[in-house]
Amino acid sequence: METYLPLIWAGIIGLGVFMYVLMDGFDLGIGILFPFAESEEERDVMMNTVAPVWDGNETWLVLGGGGLLAVFPLAYAIIMPALYFPILIMLIALIFRGVAFEFRFKSDHKRLWGVAFWFGSTLATFSQGLVLGGFIQGFEVEGRNFVGGAFDWFSWFSVVIGLALVAGYGLLGATWLILKTEGETQDRFYRLARPLLVAMIAFIIIVSIWTPLNYQEIADRWFSWPNILFVAPVPILTAGVALALINALAKRKEVQPFVLSLGLFLLGYLGLGISFWPNVVPPDITVWEAAAAHNSQFLLLVGVIILLPFILFYTGYSYFVFRGKVRAGEGYH
Amino acid sequence: MELDPVILSRIQFAFVVSFHILFPAFTIGLASFIAVLETLWASTNREVFIRLSQFWTKIFAVSFAMGVVSGIVMSFQFGTNWSRFSDIAGNVVGPLMGYEVITAFFLEATFLGILLFGRNRVPRPVHVFSSYMVAIGTLFSAFWILSANSWMQTPAGAELVDGRFVVTDWWAAIFNPSFPYRFAHMVAACYLTTAFVVIGVSAWYLRHKRHEDTARTAFSMGLGLVAILAPLQLIIGDLHGLNTFEHQPAKVAAMEGHWETQEGAPMIVFGIPDEEREMNHAEIKIPLLGSLILTHEAMGEVRGLKAWPKDERPPVAIVFYAFRIMVGLGFLMIGVGLYSLLLRKRGRLYDSPGFLRLCTWCLPIGFIALLAGWFTTEIGRQPWIVYGFLRTSDATSPALTGGNVLSSLLIYAVVYTVIFGAGIYYLYRIVRSGPGEGGLFGGLISGKRPLSAPDVRMEGE
Repeated sequence: METYLPLIWAGIIGLGVFMYVLMDGFDLGIGILFPFAESEEERDVMMNTVAPVWDGNETWLVLGGGGLLAVFPLAYAIIMPALYFPILIMLIALIFRGVAFEFRFKSDHKRLWGVAFWFGSTLATFSQGLVLGGFIQGFEVEGRNFVGGAFDWFSWFSVVIGLALVAGYGLLGATWLILKTEGETQDRFYRLARPLLVAMIAFIIIVSIWTPLNYQEIADRWFSWPNILFVAPVPILTAGVALALINALAKRKEVQPFVLSLGLFLLGYLGLGISFWPNVVPPDITVWEAAAAHNSQFLLLVGVIILLPFILFYTGYSYFVFRGKVRAGEGYH
Repeated sequence: MELDPVILSRIQFAFVVSFHILFPAFTIGLASFIAVLETLWASTNREVFIRLSQFWTKIFAVSFAMGVVSGIVMSFQFGTNWSRFSDIAGNVVGPLMGYEVITAFFLEATFLGILLFGRNRVPRPVHVFSSYMVAIGTLFSAFWILSANSWMQTPAGAELVDGRFVVTDWWAAIFNPSFPYRFAHMVAACYLTTAFVVIGVSAWYLRHKRHEDTARTAFSMGLGLVAILAPLQLIIGDLHGLNTFEHQPAKVAAMEGHWETQEGAPMIVFGIPDEEREMNHAEIKIPLLGSLILTHEAMGEVRGLKAWPKDERPPVAIVFYAFRIMVGLGFLMIGVGLYSLLLRKRGRLYDSPGFLRLCTWCLPIGFIALLAGWFTTEIGRQPWIVYGFLRTSDATSPALTGGNVLSSLLIYAVVYTVIFGAGIYYLYRIVRSGPGEGGLFGGLISGKRPLSAPDVRMEGE
């Protein structure tokens, strides 16, 4: 039990973070794409495609972040102070963006809240990239404490990851809008999806080369024999998905672009997992070392096992209720 | 001047948590009020109850959303600023806070959506049931978070192994010695806070002769609750104080302003504590009453602050004043409650201009008393973060500098002012537009987004 509990929890937290990235990814992406809309009406449509679901999407972040304290307190205690400023900026940006959803429809200063929505979404995404970049770079730890500086996370590498995430969420947002809109709006996002995809592929290539060059351990994991046999499917599949996505966009498919974009994110996430497993705090603290006492992990597991089906069911249900295209002038406001 | 990351982290935590607590405290009371209104509507079919329920549900929705937004920030504070605490006490407080999150999710993912948007979509009993579940859900959330807080005040059921707490008995840890008292005291405080908002808003309508039907009903219900609960809160508070006297006597000494250990201690009604000279200026005191309240004996021994070394005493002045603010407002609440009974008996509850004015002014007193109470208990347990085991100064994140924390504190201050300023203005607009406008059964189902429930615009036409 003591060996498996941390594994189960790593799975749950991993799922929470991934669900968050996917789901808040596309609705943050809609904020990122806000300036490209032609009119305020088009922005209304864009917002309405995610309005019923976005805050459900964000609850996964709390599950990931709050869960970390309960089950991997050491990871929480090292990562949070190390990423003090990116996390601060992310929280502030998410607050702005969240209230902009409502206030934009209710205020007379529609443009102003629209700008807040765009800025908040983009900044939140970029700072999530900085968090990821800081995570990949690893943390300076002494005993059980982070002992590095407040800006250790800052590097060209983490800035590139931040930009990559903006492009990636933008792609998710564009393909989501292809799925959820029609006519001129849909055309616009077909046109936008292509350069976003190109940027995303470029970033994937850059990061895939840069990371192993910088971190010998990660290079060994990917390129040593026989590991390379087991992990090779990840880059190969990624290339396949990227090609299929180019093709789907060219053929103006409606559903595939979004699903394939999710696929790209899944593969990227798997790649990260392969690079770092079983460390929860890079470079060298494992899930077992960071785990809470097993009776603490067990207590919360009971609650989560009861809750998780409810969240998944309700999430699925609300997507089902709000399926289909969103048209101008439609919406619940 | 050297910036101290510990004191700045404390200020930041106090700021974000004080802001946060206002919303859950209000919604805990409001959820129960709405459940009562829904029940009355279901059993009497009187329209006034559904109008009231719909109106207060709009207010509930916005307040709940504000609580969620400010709560997300809280879930990161323990890591960013209090990493030593997270590592040392994570085994205990982690799961308790985890359960708080789980309950809140469960609530939001299921019944809140039905309560806010489902009136026309589900059978009436299901809607009433949802209002109960939301009310119970908010109480469960309070249960877990107060359990975690109480454990930090009166730790139990855990032992230190290699410098970190490990739970030996969950039951003892969750139901630690101060928890039942703190929970009862806090829930009563939440109900009183909400009651005074309901009373204040209704009094405002009555004074301006608007929505008088609904306002009368809400006014009467709110004052009825206050008449019963405010005196009861005095008793609960006294019991909580006795519990604190047993487990955290230094806190009580600061609350009372006692410096010397004495038998037959006086009750100091007012004074100006002087920590340098270890005495109070301008004391007004009632002999023996201090001992009588705390030990229930006129000559009982009450320990004074000098019984503890200076580095184990809480800051005295702020605890002393905050405690008096809380108690003073408590007596004001009792006064309002009793006076309302008198007016009710005379049949003049709704048309005494002076009383209506008083009630309007009393709108925020619950919030103020609540914050004063939290300042008393949280500053009063200093210098400990886990009482008797871990000092607050040993609990912050070692890598943080004072400059780091100062910048985040300033950012939080600016952003909270803007965002919550807008939110509170929005609440004000809802109150201005009042109940019973915009149709009885408005609202399409729109997921579970509390802020979208009210159909009120933010600016004037």
